[in-house]
Amino acid sequence: MSFIAIGSALYAALSKNLVRSIFIFFVTLFALAGLYVMALADFVAVTQVVIYVGGILVLILFAFMLSGRETLNVIQQQKGKFVNMAKVPAVILAVLFLAVIVNIILKTDADNLPWVKQAIAQKNEIMPANSTIENIGVNLMTTYLLPFEAISVLLLMALVGAAHLSRKEGRA
Amino acid sequence: MISLTDFLLVGALLFCTGIYMIVSKRNSIQVLIGIELMLNAAILNLVAFGKYDKLNNGGQVFALFAIVLAAATTAVALAIVLNVYRRYKTIDPDEIKNLRD
Repeated sequence: MSFIAIGSALYAALSKNLVRSIFIFFVTLFALAGLYVMALADFVAVTQVVIYVGGILVLILFAFMLSGRETLNVIQQQKGKFVNMAKVPAVILAVLFLAVIVNIILKTDADNLPWVKQAIAQKNEIMPANSTIENIGVNLMTTYLLPFEAISVLLLMALVGAAHLSRKEGRA
Repeated sequence: MISLTDFLLVGALLFCTGIYMIVSKRNSIQVLIGIELMLNAAILNLVAFGKYDKLNNGGQVFALFAIVLAAATTAVALAIVLNVYRRYKTIDPDEIKNLRD
C-alpha cells in the first residue's frame, strides 16, 4: 500500500501532463486512506475519502477546467529534456530534506519511545478489534470542543472568503 | 504489524515529494497538489502516532482537523488561482510579479 502511495506521488510529481498528475493524485489519496486503515484509524480514512477525494479533487478539477485550454497549451510547450536544468535545485533541496528527515527518524527509533512503551504497557494502544468511532465522537464533544468550534468558524470564514474572491469583477 | 518507523519513513518520502513539486512546478494547481501531499504526510504521522492514544484520540482528532483545514485552504487557494488567471491569463507562479496593479 505504501509503495502504491509513494509511486503514484512520484508519478504525480514527475509527469508533465497536468490532468494525468491530478488523476494519479486520486490514487495517492486512496492509498493513503488505506494506510490510515492500517494504522487503525478507520474514521480518519473515511473522512479522507469523503473530503479529499470527494471535495478537494472535484474542486481542483473545476478550477482546472475553468482556467481554460490556454493553460494546457502552455504546459505542453515547455516540455523539454527529461532532466531539466531548472529542476536541479528542487531535486537537491528535496533529497537533502529527505536525508535529514530519514536520519532523524532512524535516530529517534520511534518504536522505543518512552511514552509509546508506556502506552503499550498501560493497554492504551488501539487494537484491531475495538472500534474507535464512538470514542472519537465523545472526545470531539468534550475534550476537543474548543478546537472543534474554532475550526467550524474558520471553515465558514474560508467559504465566505472563497465565494467573495471568485465572484465577478466590478462590484468588488 | 507495521512499525511506527515505517509510517514515518513513508511520511518523509511523501513530504519530500511535496517539496519537490512546490519548488519545481510551473503551474499553480500542481503547486497546490504538492501542498496537499505535504499535508497528507503530516496527517499520516498524526494517525500513526495516534494509535498509541486510545483514551483521548488526540492524533486522530487532530488528523480530522488537519483534513478540514486542508479543505478550507484548497477552496481559498483555488479561488485565488481563478482570480489570478482572470487577471494575468496565466497561472505560472514564476510570472506573477505584482500583487495588485
